[in-house]
Amino acid sequence: MIPMNFLRSLSRAALVALSLAFAAAAPVARAQLTIEIVGGTGTAIPIAVSGFEGESAWPLGISGVVAADLGRSGLFRNVDAGGVVPRPARAEDVKPDFWRARGADAVVVGSMQAAADGRVEVRYALVDVVRGGTLIATQFVVTREQFRATAHRIADEVYEKLIGHPGVFSTRIAYIAKQGSRYQLVVADADGAEPQTVVSAGEPLLSPRWSPDGTRIAYVSLEQKKPVVYVQNLATGGRTAVAAFRGSNSAPAFSPDGRKLAVTLTRDGGSQLYLMNADGTDLRRILSSPSIDTEAWFMPDGRSLLFTSDRGGSPQIYRVGVDGGAVERITFDGSYNVAPRALPDGKGMVYVRRDGGRYQVATLDFATRQTQVLTAGPLDESPSLAPNGQLVLYANDSGGRGILNAVSIDGRVKQRIVSPALDVREPAWGPLAR
Amino acid sequence: MNRPDRLLAVAALAVLLAGCQTPQSGQTGAPIENRAAAGAAGAGSGASTAGAGGAGVAGTQTPGRAGSAGTSGSGGSAAGAGSALRDPASILSKRSVYFDFDSFVVKDESRPIIEAHGRYLVANRGARMTIQGNTDERGSREYNIALGQKRADAMKRMMTLIGAQESQVETVSFGKEKPRRSGHDETSWAENRRGDIVYSGE
Repeated sequence: MIPMNFLRSLSRAALVALSLAFAAAAPVARAQLTIEIVGGTGTAIPIAVSGFEGESAWPLGISGVVAADLGRSGLFRNVDAGGVVPRPARAEDVKPDFWRARGADAVVVGSMQAAADGRVEVRYALVDVVRGGTLIATQFVVTREQFRATAHRIADEVYEKLIGHPGVFSTRIAYIAKQGSRYQLVVADADGAEPQTVVSAGEPLLSPRWSPDGTRIAYVSLEQKKPVVYVQNLATGGRTAVAAFRGSNSAPAFSPDGRKLAVTLTRDGGSQLYLMNADGTDLRRILSSPSIDTEAWFMPDGRSLLFTSDRGGSPQIYRVGVDGGAVERITFDGSYNVAPRALPDGKGMVYVRRDGGRYQVATLDFATRQTQVLTAGPLDESPSLAPNGQLVLYANDSGGRGILNAVSIDGRVKQRIVSPALDVREPAWGPLAR
Repeated sequence: MNRPDRLLAVAALAVLLAGCQTPQSGQTGAPIENRAAAGAAGAGSGASTAGAGGAGVAGTQTPGRAGSAGTSGSGGSAAGAGSALRDPASILSKRSVYFDFDSFVVKDESRPIIEAHGRYLVANRGARMTIQGNTDERGSREYNIALGQKRADAMKRMMTLIGAQESQVETVSFGKEKPRRSGHDETSWAENRRGDIVYSGE
């Protein structure tokens, strides 16, 4: 009953908490972003996450993070689980009538116990108290440092079991934070925790793009007084200028296998599409046109690219094979359609369109050519899809400062992520944790 | 289950109708580019132009060298004969050229500035410059990089047409990333739709 009831709300899934705590990045002021639900609140699965037995032995527990993840998703509503004696710790301890009376449809219980080797054994269960039945019962043995990751993993599992899509609580996001004249590429957990500055520069940074395995980020920097494409290894911090040719180098996009990088170069005249190995070798040109060709984005099968071109007289989105060849026009409606990002299932895309002077994030279904506008504008940009395809992060401006926003793929739930002190833009959602 | 299919279906009919009414000529509302001029610009850029610059090499690990090969290699070359460049009475002291919204067409009023710099390059073969294209804040960051590039390229083309050499001019784009004015109004936007001429060594 739970899953069926909420299939309708699948698209509101993954409204992942973006209470971005920009704390760790040293030069960035400690400033907490908070989430405002702007619209689309509706039915959510009422769930009770009971405090885990034995949890109080550690300063940072797990159940609280699980409850927070689920609650911020917009698809769950937390039901008070306190004051229950004895506290349920296993699936068989859960009395469905009791929890239904509290208004819960599902209950998470668990326990934490020190293991002999110094690690901690974490058990948890998800119980459907409407139909009855244990949906999940599992355990992990983890270190103290893995508590948060374990909590996100539990939230992912609960989310997937009840919603039907992979959860994205264990993923990471990247974004550009501007403070004064400094630009920082920041990587943080999807709930905003543990932000880390990957690059700090005195010139603009833009276009962060994750490698599919989450180990590298490609981005554009103006540090050399011109756009140069870098690929940075997140583990080592080392970076390579993979495209620093004469002219401008921009718009990097990783292939789905992580081996190739599509870029826009002007080295041969005009902004044109090229393909190279992700280390910058084996450069070859994809297309040759007298027009602007840029913003390449790989389709999930890796065989073709979406891109933006003004070859038709105005910026529109097209598709071409990675080896060039025939070009297919994708957008026809309106005079400005840019920034294509393919949906994970390859059946459509998210993009930015201009309508009457307003720049809005929209989706397009390739088969039906149907468009749905997700946002109101006026200056929405840089959409980035969650890896489960259910949520779009994007940037716009509020009071002269850049802020991030999230909208569900059906446009029904909108969240605004605000901070009193930060100027943020260019969000990029990382891949699913492996 | 495929979400987008069903979600998109909501707007299906309206969009289909709109699509029928406005085929690809739906240029409504936006100030219009001069496509004839655009075509001319395209013809130039279609021919491999700056490839001989030899600046970037695939896989280069030294962005400083590769990134500015076109501009810094001849440092000071502009300085010798360059007093006119800094003379406020000289047209060569004018370094910025402005563009209309969504346009990379050089306006007639800007031609004397560009042509003066082109003649300077012809007379000073050692001189090197970078033209930096810029856009206003509206629209995609990456597309604006390309639009700013077209503005810089259009300026360069005017200079090479009167004899400046390809190797003397590197065109780059800052897109909307380095606005001169930070306001969100037409006055600021107009100031930011701009190509800037910067001589090497300056």
